[in-house]
Amino acid sequence: MKIEQFTGYLKHLVWLPLLILGGCKMALLDPKGQVGMDEKSLIITATLLMLIVVIPVIVMTLAFAWKYRAGNTKATYRPNWAHSNRIELVVWLVPCIIVAILGTITWTSTHELDPYRPLDSDVKPIEIQVVSLDWKWLFIYPEQGIATVNEIAFPTDTPVNFKITSQSAMNSFFIPQLGSQIYSMAGMQTKLHLIANHEGSFEGISANLSGEGFSDMKFQAIATSEQGFTDWVARVKANSDNLDQSNYPALAAPSTADPVRYFGSVSSTLYQHILMQYAHGGHHAMHHAEHADADMAGMSMNARIEESH
Amino acid sequence: MFGKLTLEAVPYHEPIIMVTLAVVALLGFGVFAALTYYRKWGYLWSEWLTSVDHKKIGVMYILVALIMLLRGFADAIMMRGQLAMAQGAEQGFLPPEHYDQIFTAHGVIMIIFMAMPFMVGLMNIAVPLQIGARDVAFPFLNSLSFWLFVAGAILVNVSLGVGEFARTGWVAYPPLAELGYSPGVGVDYYIWALQLSGLGTLLTGVNFLVTVFKMRTPGMTLMKMPIFTWACTFTNILIVASFPILTATLGLLTLDRYLDMHFFTNELGGNAMMYINLFWAWGHPEVYILILPAFGIFSEVISTFSGKKLFGYTSMVWASGAITLLGFVVWLHHFFTMGSGANVNAFFGVATMIISVPTGVKLFSWLFTMFRGRVHFTTPVLWTLGFMVTFTIGGMTGVLLAVPGADYVLHNSLFLIAHFHNTIIGGAVFGYLAGFTFWFPKAFGFKLDERLGKGAFWCWFTGFFVAFMPLYVLGFMGMTRRLNHYDNPLWQPYLIVAFCGAALIFCGILFQLAQLIVSFKNREQLRDLTGDPWGGRTLEWSTSSPPPFYNFAQLPTVHTLDAFYDMKEKGTAYQRPENYSPIHMPKNTAAGVVIGLLGAVFGFAMIWHIWWMAGLSFLGMVATFIVRSYNQDVDYYVQPDEIERIEDRHHARFEAHGNALNSHSLAGQV
Repeated sequence: MKIEQFTGYLKHLVWLPLLILGGCKMALLDPKGQVGMDEKSLIITATLLMLIVVIPVIVMTLAFAWKYRAGNTKATYRPNWAHSNRIELVVWLVPCIIVAILGTITWTSTHELDPYRPLDSDVKPIEIQVVSLDWKWLFIYPEQGIATVNEIAFPTDTPVNFKITSQSAMNSFFIPQLGSQIYSMAGMQTKLHLIANHEGSFEGISANLSGEGFSDMKFQAIATSEQGFTDWVARVKANSDNLDQSNYPALAAPSTADPVRYFGSVSSTLYQHILMQYAHGGHHAMHHAEHADADMAGMSMNARIEESH
Repeated sequence: MFGKLTLEAVPYHEPIIMVTLAVVALLGFGVFAALTYYRKWGYLWSEWLTSVDHKKIGVMYILVALIMLLRGFADAIMMRGQLAMAQGAEQGFLPPEHYDQIFTAHGVIMIIFMAMPFMVGLMNIAVPLQIGARDVAFPFLNSLSFWLFVAGAILVNVSLGVGEFARTGWVAYPPLAELGYSPGVGVDYYIWALQLSGLGTLLTGVNFLVTVFKMRTPGMTLMKMPIFTWACTFTNILIVASFPILTATLGLLTLDRYLDMHFFTNELGGNAMMYINLFWAWGHPEVYILILPAFGIFSEVISTFSGKKLFGYTSMVWASGAITLLGFVVWLHHFFTMGSGANVNAFFGVATMIISVPTGVKLFSWLFTMFRGRVHFTTPVLWTLGFMVTFTIGGMTGVLLAVPGADYVLHNSLFLIAHFHNTIIGGAVFGYLAGFTFWFPKAFGFKLDERLGKGAFWCWFTGFFVAFMPLYVLGFMGMTRRLNHYDNPLWQPYLIVAFCGAALIFCGILFQLAQLIVSFKNREQLRDLTGDPWGGRTLEWSTSSPPPFYNFAQLPTVHTLDAFYDMKEKGTAYQRPENYSPIHMPKNTAAGVVIGLLGAVFGFAMIWHIWWMAGLSFLGMVATFIVRSYNQDVDYYVQPDEIERIEDRHHARFEAHGNALNSHSLAGQV
C-alpha cells in the first residue's frame, strides 16, 4: 500500500509537463467514466515510475558526454577501465526493481481493468449488442427491443455491458472518454464493460482499419439521466422501422458516413443470427447461438472460455 | 494470355502516380544512357551484379535501402500532408483507396525494404571483416539472398505503376486481406514481395550464422568476438527462428486467396486470430532483428570514439541474448484488445516489461563507456548520443503500452505510431546511419564530409521530435491510426507541426545526399590511406580501406577482445609475413542475379494469374539453381605474387601517408 501512497503523491506532479501542452482537450486525460479514470491514473503512475530511470539516463548521457569530451583534458581518462561489479550490480538491479514494481501493478490492474469483467455496481446493468458493419455501427438493445445505427444512449452511473461482433472485417469498438476498447470480429463475440459517471455526448470510433469507409465509422455515445434515457428509448421506439433478417442485408451493404438511424423494433434473434452466420456454413446457426463464446474459445489460443461467476 | 493483367491496370487517372512514374522513367533512362555512354555495362555486370564479394553485396544492399528510403519517405510526407489538411469538410488530396495503399506501402517499404537491407548491408560489410574472415560461408547464397530481396523490392515498386498495392496496413490482417474484402492485386503484391525478400533474409540468417560459427580467425573465441558481430549473431538467430513463421503464414493466406481455402476467412471455420498471432510471432522478433545490430553499432562507435574499452562487454552479450529469448514471448502485446483473458494479457505485459531490463543495462553500458573516456563528437557519436536520448523516451512509452490497462486506450492510437517511430527511427535508423558513417571509409576508402553529416544529424534529430512528439499528444486526444480525414479542429495544429517535422527530416535526407556528393568530389582530401581512420579497435580496421577482395593477406591471430587495439598496443599491428600463401576465393556467378530476376517475374506472374509465365519462370529458377549446383568451377586460388603486389601498393601508400605504425592515438585523426 506504500506504493499507492507514494504514487498518489507523485500524481500531483504529472500535471507540470502537461501544462506545456496548454490546456488542449485530451480525451484520455479527461475521462468521463470509472474505467477511463482508472486507466488514466494507471498511465500516470506507470509513467512516473519509469521516469525514475528515464530522467537520470538522459541527464547522465548529456552530462557524461560533456564532461568526458575530448577537449576536456582535465577529466580522468582510463582507456582500459571497462568493468565494475558495483556498477554492474546497480545497472541490473535498478531496472529489475522498477520492473518488479511495475509488473505487480500490471498484474493487478490487468485483472481489475479486464474488459470482460462485469463492473462492480448495485445498479442493474444495461446490455447493448454491437455489430460493426461496412462502415457503420449497428446497436441492438435486446431488453428495449430497439436498434440504432451510429448512436447509443445509456443512463449515467449504470454499467453498460457491450456484446460485440462484426459483420465483415475486424474493427475496434472504442469510446475514448469512457476507457477500454475491444476488437469486433465476425463469427465471434467479444465483451466490454463500461460506465459513464458524467452526462455528455462522447465520440465513439473504430480504432482498427476495416477498409475504405473506416475513417467515418463514428458514433455518438450519449450518457444521460435515467429520464433522458427513457425519453431517448421512446424516441427510437416511435420510429416505425423494423429491423430483422430480411432487411438486415440491405443495412449491412457497404456504405460510408451513414447518418444516425432508429429502428423502433428489432428481431430478437437478429444478433444471434449475425453472430452465427459463419458457423457451420450458416445452417442451423440458431441452435448454436448459446455456445458462441465457447466456439470462439475452441478456435484459438486468444479467445476465452466463458468464466462462470 | 495475360491473366488478370490489362492496360486498365495502369493508373492513368492518378496524376501523382503518373508524375512519379515519369520522374522514375527519366532517371532510369538517364542511368541507362550514362551506363551505355561510358560503356560501363560490362563493369557493372562483372564487378557488381554477379559479385559474391560480401563487401560489394553489402554496398548494393545499402544502395537499394537508400533508394527505398526515398520512396518510403515520399509516402510519409504525402501522409503527413494529407492529415495536415484533411480536417472537417476538407478531404485532403488523397482519397482513401489511394491513401490506404500509401500507408501500407510506407510500412512495408520502411521495414522490409529500407531497414532490413540497411542492416543486412552493414552486416555484410562489417561482420566478415570483424571476425577476420575472407568472405561469408556461402558466397553464392549471399548473392542469391540479395537478388531475392531485390526481386521483392522490384515487385513493390512495380505495384505503383501496374495495378495497386495492398490497402490493408502493413500487417495485412484478414479478413480484410482476404479475397472477399480485398479482391484486387494489392495484397498479392504484398504477399509475393514479402515472400521473395523473406526467403532472401532467411538465407542470409543461415549464411551469417555459419560464417560466425565456423569462420572466425584463429584465437577468436566467441567471447572475443566484436560486439557488433555478437549483435548480428543474435539477430541471425532471430531471423532463422522467426522468418519461417512469416513464410508459412503468408503461404496460408496465399492458399486462401488463390485456392479458395479458409485458414483465415470468416466463413467455413477460418480464423483471423490465428493469422494475427502468427504474424506477430514473426513481427515482434522482427523489431529486435532491426534493433539489435543498431545496438551493436552504437557499442562499437561509443567505444571507438571514447578511446576506451566497451564497459561491461559480457553484460552486453548476455543482455542481447536475453532480449533475443524474450523477444519471442511477447508477441501478444500487439493485440491486448482482442479479448484474451486477464492472465494471458498480464503475462505478456510483464514479459514485455522484462525486456526493458537488459535494454536498460545496455544504455548504462554505453554511459559508462563514455565515463572516464575521451569522447570525440564525430557524426557517428552524435547519432549515438541522439539515440540514447530518443530511445530512452521510446522505451518508456513502449513499456507504458505494455501495461494492458494503458494499452486498452492507447492501442492503435497515434501514441503507438509515435512510440514505434521513436524506437525504429531513434533506435534502428540512427544506428544504421551511425554505422554508415563509421564504416563508409572502410567500404569506399574515403571518409564522409563531417559538416554535412552533422547537419544531417541535427535535421533528423530535431525533425524526429517535431514530427512525432505531437503524435504522442494526438494519441491522448483519441486520434486513432490510419485515419484518412477527421473532424476535430483541435487535432489540426498538431498535425501541421508533425508535417513540419517531416519536412525537417527531409532536410536531413537532403544533407545526406549532399554529403555523399560532396564527399565523393573531395575524396582525395578525405582519403583513408591507413585503413584505420578512427583509431579502431577491431579487425576490420587492420586491413586497407577499401580492403582487398580477399580482406586479409594473412589471417590475423587474436588474443584478446578489441584485437586490433591490442595489436597496436603490442606493436604487432601491420606486421608483414615473410611470404604469402595462396588464398582460396570464390568465383563470381550470374546464378544469383538470374534466379532473383526470374523470381521477380515469377512473383509478377503469380500476382496477375499469368500461369504460363509463372510456370516458366519457376522452372527457370530451379533449372538455374541445378545448373549452378553442378558447376564445379566455382573457386580459384589467388597466387602469392598477386597478393604481394596488392599488399605492397597498400603499404607504400600507408607509409607515404607518414602515419607511423604506432598510430593508435585518436588525436588529430578525426
